[in-house]
Amino acid sequence: MRHLLSAGDLTRDDATLILDTAEEMRSLADRPIKKLPALRGRTVVNLFFEDSTRTRISFEAAAKRLSADVINFSAKGSSVSKGESLKDTALTLQAMGADGVVCRHGSSGAPHLLATSGWMTGSVVNAGDGTHEHPTQALLDAFTMRRHLGSLEGRRITIVGDVLHSRVARSNVLLLSTLGADVTVVAPPTLLPVGMSSWPCTTSYDLDSVLPKSDAVMMLRVQRERMNDAFFPSAREYSRRYGLDVHRMAQLPDEAIVLHPGPMNRGMEISAQVADSTRSVIVEQVTNGVAIRMAVLYLLLSGSPETSTTSTEEQTA
Amino acid sequence: MSPAPMPQSPDTQAAPRTVLDASDISRALTRIAHEILERNKGADPVVLLGIPTRGVGLAARISERITAVEGRSVPTGSLDVTMYRDDIGLKPARALEHTDIPPGGIDGKVVVLVDDVLFSGRTIRAALDAIGDIGRPKAVQLAVLVDRGHRELPIRADYVGKNLPTSLIERVTVHLTEYDGDDAVVIADKPADKSGDKPVDETARTGASA
Repeated sequence: MRHLLSAGDLTRDDATLILDTAEEMRSLADRPIKKLPALRGRTVVNLFFEDSTRTRISFEAAAKRLSADVINFSAKGSSVSKGESLKDTALTLQAMGADGVVCRHGSSGAPHLLATSGWMTGSVVNAGDGTHEHPTQALLDAFTMRRHLGSLEGRRITIVGDVLHSRVARSNVLLLSTLGADVTVVAPPTLLPVGMSSWPCTTSYDLDSVLPKSDAVMMLRVQRERMNDAFFPSAREYSRRYGLDVHRMAQLPDEAIVLHPGPMNRGMEISAQVADSTRSVIVEQVTNGVAIRMAVLYLLLSGSPETSTTSTEEQTA
Repeated sequence: MSPAPMPQSPDTQAAPRTVLDASDISRALTRIAHEILERNKGADPVVLLGIPTRGVGLAARISERITAVEGRSVPTGSLDVTMYRDDIGLKPARALEHTDIPPGGIDGKVVVLVDDVLFSGRTIRAALDAIGDIGRPKAVQLAVLVDRGHRELPIRADYVGKNLPTSLIERVTVHLTEYDGDDAVVIADKPADKSGDKPVDETARTGASA
């Protein structure tokens, strides 16, 4: 594992290794000194071409807790606004000696291009690319679910909302199915992408029929900034049919939890009472995000660059 | 991960020798438990921290013996030193082991580190750094089942199960029932193809990620 570009690249062993490592990283939060020396002397560049609060801060906190040097780059206020290409930005990072690059980009596939073009030698972590993937979000969701539900094998997990524009949904479906969960995606027909039949999950248009059979339900944000078309008649109608309010939440089994990748549109896909209820693990997801990103950065960057290897090799080493 | 005995190549390898059997190990641990109590005037200030993997099992056994003698238990946990090792950047990323600090913490306590084999001393150096990030113990002591010599740092053990003079081409493996199905300390020649320079020895000594 040299880069983390897609949740679909992870085998079950890889994913389990990351989750187990994150479990150890999480215990750091209880210590007086929240710092580990694992990445001392390594440089991590947060390369953010798209706005982000929690993902960037989370990666920054993760890298700093592992003692890496962090350079934050956002497209606004950089040479990108003067028209610099991705290639020239990558060459600059290479010249500065970046060991790891955390990349968020509005275009699907940009991190893949960075990783495979040969422009730079560092490890690339995909922090969200267009409407494609967001693997660390899927990992932190799986981690949060595993902490509450135990093994995800055979667990029924429901993902609701704007799947068409959601990189979180795609990464989650791929990862959760790798981990053995039964995933159901619920959305209005207009918000499901073409080719859903090839995804390892089932689909439904009716939230009420799925909720009683869900161990965890993940609400997706309605991404207004990506909506250049009329995908549903009105926000109110969407909220009535696909929003999670207290009445709908009552249909969930007793132990079921509610997740949301954030940022939330309260009153749209999730009501304020649900977001603040005891079933909601939304704040915990943020805490777990730091642990997951520490685990990913540790596993990608701590070893020697020449002998970086997959987790399976390493376990037999 | 498990340090199962290396498959012996048929040619020049000497057969593995068992230097301590189950009852030897048991007696050594009982003696160490008594020495810890004697040196610290009771179990009161003591916290046992085992270094994964086999140090954790040994710490648990010493803890049982202290409980049997003193009639009260001592806090026992585990301390993973993977991220504090000085060779972390030289080898592929390694899986972390579990760190479990007992609820009372280690501030003001006497921490007794427990490991299976003391060799270069680099693991213990890493453990001392790890302890520094967790708290400030009154003192740190070291208990090992086997001291095989060849120190590369100014570190020595306070409690030693057995001093075992070895040559660098030998490999010392500790088997514990919890992990390997039997209790034994075994010496074998290191397979030629696996032998490298010094840092490799450290890993070979306890299997994967001591």
